[in-house]
Amino acid sequence: MTIQEKYEAREFQTVSEVSGPLMFVDLKEMGGVSYGEMVEITTTTGEKRRGQVLDVSKSLAVIQCFEGTSGLETKDTTCRFLGETMKIGVSKDMLGRVFNGRGDPIDGGGDIVPDKILDVAGTPINPSARQYPKEFIETGVSTIDTLLTLVRGQKLPLFSGSGLPHNMLAAQIARQAKVLGAEEEFAVIFSAMGITADEARFFRDDFEATGALDKVVLFLNLADDPAIERLLTPRLALTAAEHLAYELDYHVLVILTDITSYAESLREVAAARSEVPSRRGYPGYMYSDFSTIYERAGRIQNKKGTITQIPILTLPNYDITHPVPDLTGYITEGQVYVDVALNRKGLYPPINPLPSLSRLMKDTIGQGSTRSDHKYVADQLYALYATGRDLRDLVAVVGDESLSDTDKKVLEFADLFEQKFINQDYHEDRSIFESLDIGWEMLSIFDDPYRVLKRIPSEVIDKFHIDKRDDKTDYNSVDT
Amino acid sequence: MTIANSEQTGYIERISGPVVQASKMLGAKLYDVARIGEEKLVGEIIRLTGDLATIQVYESTDGLTPGEPVYRTNAPLSVELGPGLIRQIFDGIQRPLPVIREMSGDFIERGIEIPGLDHKKLWDFAPSVKVGDKVIGGDILGEIPETPTVDFKLMVPPNLNGKIDFIAQRGDYNIDDTAATLLTADGDKIDLKFYHNWPVRKPRPYHSRLPSNVPLITGQRIFDTFAPIAKGGTGAIPGGFGTGKTVSQHQLAKWSDAKIVVYVGCGERGNEMTDVLREFPRLVDPYTGGPLMDRTVLIANTSNMPVAAREASVYTGITLAEFFRDMGYDVAMMADSTSRWAEAMREISGRLEEMPGEESFPAYLSSRIAQYYERAGRVLTIGSKQREASITVVGAVSPPGGDFSEPVTQNTLRIVKVFWALSKELASRRHFPAIDYLLSYTLYWSALEDYYAQNVHTEFPELRSDALALLQKDKELQDIVALVGPDALPPSEKIILETARMLKEDFLQQNAFHESDSFCSLEKQYLMLKTILRFHEKAEDLYRRGTNVAEIFESDLVVRIARMKYIERSDVETSLNELMKEIDGLTPQNFGVEDI
Repeated sequence: MTIQEKYEAREFQTVSEVSGPLMFVDLKEMGGVSYGEMVEITTTTGEKRRGQVLDVSKSLAVIQCFEGTSGLETKDTTCRFLGETMKIGVSKDMLGRVFNGRGDPIDGGGDIVPDKILDVAGTPINPSARQYPKEFIETGVSTIDTLLTLVRGQKLPLFSGSGLPHNMLAAQIARQAKVLGAEEEFAVIFSAMGITADEARFFRDDFEATGALDKVVLFLNLADDPAIERLLTPRLALTAAEHLAYELDYHVLVILTDITSYAESLREVAAARSEVPSRRGYPGYMYSDFSTIYERAGRIQNKKGTITQIPILTLPNYDITHPVPDLTGYITEGQVYVDVALNRKGLYPPINPLPSLSRLMKDTIGQGSTRSDHKYVADQLYALYATGRDLRDLVAVVGDESLSDTDKKVLEFADLFEQKFINQDYHEDRSIFESLDIGWEMLSIFDDPYRVLKRIPSEVIDKFHIDKRDDKTDYNSVDT
Repeated sequence: MTIANSEQTGYIERISGPVVQASKMLGAKLYDVARIGEEKLVGEIIRLTGDLATIQVYESTDGLTPGEPVYRTNAPLSVELGPGLIRQIFDGIQRPLPVIREMSGDFIERGIEIPGLDHKKLWDFAPSVKVGDKVIGGDILGEIPETPTVDFKLMVPPNLNGKIDFIAQRGDYNIDDTAATLLTADGDKIDLKFYHNWPVRKPRPYHSRLPSNVPLITGQRIFDTFAPIAKGGTGAIPGGFGTGKTVSQHQLAKWSDAKIVVYVGCGERGNEMTDVLREFPRLVDPYTGGPLMDRTVLIANTSNMPVAAREASVYTGITLAEFFRDMGYDVAMMADSTSRWAEAMREISGRLEEMPGEESFPAYLSSRIAQYYERAGRVLTIGSKQREASITVVGAVSPPGGDFSEPVTQNTLRIVKVFWALSKELASRRHFPAIDYLLSYTLYWSALEDYYAQNVHTEFPELRSDALALLQKDKELQDIVALVGPDALPPSEKIILETARMLKEDFLQQNAFHESDSFCSLEKQYLMLKTILRFHEKAEDLYRRGTNVAEIFESDLVVRIARMKYIERSDVETSLNELMKEIDGLTPQNFGVEDI
């Protein structure tokens, strides 16, 4: 068979079975259909839908239909094999535009003229071409900047749950994120998978209100859009992101929401193919599949642009051991845990630092990037807050009479920490210096700082403790 | 890899993810490599049914079409073993990633065919045999200074022997040059190059096993003191995400007293490999003074790289390790993470529609894990001058939800002799390394005890068991404290709580990112442990003589004990002996109490 024959589009009207999201096409031993190839499906009413080949032999092709199988029939449905894998045209003009989950414009603005047409599956970044991420992104959110520093090229998911303000937090981060001392091109790519129209509107309005809309590309697969299409949406978004970052030098922030819906679509396809399920019915290859999304974040040597990802997961029943957050946590570089208990206390953003983590923080923070006391303040706040929460549990059982004076102060600290440090306004954009100084204010409630603040070296206490500050030092400088 | 003639061409029948079926493959052997499609993607035959071969493909199969050719190579998946492995970073099937980058740019494209070793580079070879010498498999023919700290030893491949008919003189050669010619007993002449191929799934032979009675010193207090691993031993580090598996593995790769470290990043994060690539060349090997990279071989098959190559990467790694073992070196191999390897097996098995075992892992999971860890060991190598050498294997395990009852963890624990359990609870208290000191165990202690007594100090074993007993007692007391508060405990038990706290914070916690603490010598470990236990004895003594327990532990000496870990190597002995002297000198009067 020549290459030409291979890529010639072929049409079949021999659908043998339609089941769940899958369609089985009898190829009449003619073959010529490639694995991963895109298919255009024409229904009896003339409606066109898209699908992709999941399994193929000479006689049979299994197709997953992105736009659902309802209304398809075995008799007169036409399948045209397009001879190529899923591709998307990318261009700088995508900024400011809105697309559906399949990459078609839905804002009435007409088609874009692509600079390049790229395969959406992407190829893995060569590990030896990666640049280790270490540029601090200031989000203006104290808990994140101080304790869970976000870094350019990082993938840092929000582990949240139903009823929690993860969307507000993501929008706030997208609105406020900046790199200290740098005026560089940035873009936000928003990939919605199965979120409600209200939620999508919330993001759109928020971007619009801040005038950022012309820096945003939206890919929207909403809750009432076809579920299987969701498998495509993040890949379209990341392909666009790669073009902006690695060809056009943009710093791209990609928000992926909601990964849990994505995983459910994955499960649906796996179940329809009668695959042997792994935990909770999710397919055994979910980890590998997730990695082909998350690992597309990063920095590449000698390229200016970067891709930073904030995937949002709604944890079923707030359970961190559920396969979706669990497998995500094994790939991402940390997690931001949005906590239902803190939310109930009325705190915003209800980020619980204790189960949260930013793996790339250690190499990012410090003099020249944030401030020289950052690491110690972060360790100390974390340690005292952890102790404070343990003491709360203890007090709940045995009362506070047995507590030492220091322990009582630690309890007071834990309350202050929640109210003043974690808690901030949705529109409040705190600089890293403000955040660190709020931290110091709280650390300064202890009478004997050198003994209590064990995680901070004494020379750092001498320099930054609220009672020991002088007029000569510029506390708002990364060089301090 | 040579491709056989066209009569041996098969055709793709079916494609399902990373698995391809091909027809007209009669005569192909199981585990032979095949090249798939026009792009000649690399694959390995994993099942034969009549003339149908099922092939797992090491690259993305998108765009393959039934009817495309499948070429046989008639050779199993092999690696090239010769000079040039060290300092290199390979993918799961030994393709050097920097070379791939030169060919395909920052992203890895498909169908790239490059040899594992650099065939052009010249090496300075010095022979150590003469014409007429009789040699057998494993004998050393000469040396190449591969890095400032590692000499490459050119060996006769395991299955050959004969008389030296020709040996290359001292000079610069590339690896395709003839190093030697062997005259076999049958009168055949065999040319030996500076490298040979070896199939990755076939363990390289050794003469005999030796007992594992020498510790692999890791410089990590929790490992060396409480749960040491022997050279040639096997260990597992299971833990949920965020508990520090990778940091622990990196620490082992950095500070183990192995001559060669093979680090396999199997299905993990891309940035972690970048971190190693960035950090290792800068770090100094505490045993040789050279850069750590000069003894390190990296294999990176990150999570988004093809899943079948992930399955192969641990075999590639262990085969390279065996090659260095055969040279007579102590090798440490880290695999992070073996769960991803097991998941790759599960995925392939699912595609083959095999009957699943537990949690849909294949039924052969446990035997594969066992076979892999059995390639570790301390041995006498083959060759007429048998050399003592070892491979120590440490595998990280990533149990879903941090639940150790899952099949990969359980099957691993049945095989390995050291269990370093990572604890989410310790990690969330930022107790790092977050190794659960009570749950973890080593089965090598009885074999290693003598080594510690002879080479560190005769009282070391006793100190260790005292410390463990205190930690065990502390655990029991903590349960009581959680119920009734610390005030309910008698002072003698409060002393135990305080000493246990010192053991946990000042001994077990180790700062991987602090220059003086990242590596801790055995002598320092011994002195630190001794200091803490000396203080414990003193505290009991002071309490018996009327001192208030809370005040004892507010002594300045406690602060100095907390700083012990940051004492620099050269000052350790003097400062800690000084500290112990001061501890011995404490009396109730120091606390303003009349001696009873």
